[in-house]
Amino acid sequence: MTQIVYFSTKSGNTRRLVEKLQRDAKRIPFESGEPLPVTTEPYVLIFPTYGGGEVKGAVPKPVIHFLNDERNRRHLRGVVGAGNTNFGTAYCLGAHIVARKCQVPLLHCFELLGTPEDVAILHQELDRV
Amino acid sequence: MLSRVNAINWNRLEDEKDLEVWNRLTSNFWLPEKIPLSNDVPSWQTLTAAEKQLTIRVFTGLTLLDTIQGSVGAPTLMKSARTPHEEAVYTNIAFMESVHARSYSSIFSTLCSTREVDDAFRWSEENPLLQKKANLILERYDADDVMKQQIASVFLESFLFYSGFYLPMHWSSHAKLTNTADLIRLIIRDEAVHGYYIGYKFQQRYQEASAERQEEIKAFAFDLMFELYENEVRYTQSLYDEVGLTEDVKKFLHYNANKALMNLGFEPLFPKSTTDVDATIMAALSPGADENHDFFSGSGSSYVIGKAVATEDEDWAF
Repeated sequence: MTQIVYFSTKSGNTRRLVEKLQRDAKRIPFESGEPLPVTTEPYVLIFPTYGGGEVKGAVPKPVIHFLNDERNRRHLRGVVGAGNTNFGTAYCLGAHIVARKCQVPLLHCFELLGTPEDVAILHQELDRV
Repeated sequence: MLSRVNAINWNRLEDEKDLEVWNRLTSNFWLPEKIPLSNDVPSWQTLTAAEKQLTIRVFTGLTLLDTIQGSVGAPTLMKSARTPHEEAVYTNIAFMESVHARSYSSIFSTLCSTREVDDAFRWSEENPLLQKKANLILERYDADDVMKQQIASVFLESFLFYSGFYLPMHWSSHAKLTNTADLIRLIIRDEAVHGYYIGYKFQQRYQEASAERQEEIKAFAFDLMFELYENEVRYTQSLYDEVGLTEDVKKFLHYNANKALMNLGFEPLFPKSTTDVDATIMAALSPGADENHDFFSGSGSSYVIGKAVATEDEDWAF
């Protein structure tokens, strides 16, 4: 089954969405110096963009470092973005960037903790990829 | 007795979220003078007298909320800040709320006559629904309970503004007042960070509280939401019935009430069938948030301060 790898800051919005999915999930640590996970099987990457609209900084640095490992790029099957539509053009911007850069589909975008509908869509998408 | 006074040291953080949000807010800084509002004069002239009056009233109502948040809300939260850095973030929030309040006057001076504006300010002072909305929040700021102040503050930032924000998004989706909409989107972006941050600080206290206290606070939050919601619906009807938009504005209220609750860490309340805001409004809110938009071209209407080209992070190694 497709695994989940996710990044969530201390506020934990994305973590809470991932917990609601009740699937096998690995967290990319936000503390620098903590070892980054290395994937060995297909996975979907979930992370937030809480930004202002610039491309720079839209992908959290730990996510960039995680994807710099070629093994992690090889197993990536899709991206899910978290954010807030109030950020306008920056809504889930980081997820758009990673999907394009790694040539994988952007499966879904959700806001904050996600609604029950988001959880249902994500289960569908995770079963499909 | 003299007490020791500490200078703020940004290189010793107790909560790294303070610096992250400080950086976000300062990099988002803007002033209304940067937006070419006068380009909206021709499209303003196409609005009917009723539409103009509605728009001025809506913006006056928003000015009132920004005034409260800048002069009472953020300074109140400052008093209970746990770190000097948190206190500094509230000084930024307070100032930006004053910038927002000032921006509406820039819109007024560009588009409207002095008399129209004076009439709207008088309306805002006399309108019972708007005054009630303000007082429901101010009462909670006055009460000496930090978590309740934080809840009221998140509801103001993430819920109460939206009956007003709807209208410029509506005009923008009809290619009217598009520069004004650009300015409003900057305000919306700021309020989103404010609601997120205050909600984060609330959740820290909530998690430390006893189960009994958590129950009390959660009940308080939902009661206040219902009370505000009921008033918002009546406020919305009083403004939007005449232009036939009330039902769609209500969906926008539900959608944003859910997000306000999520900022506090609570699950959304309104089901999807009541939050399906008109797609053109959502597109006006997040222009180009669809998958076809070319984020790398640097085109689009979004406003960037100081920097001409957005570059990729240098950390990428592929």
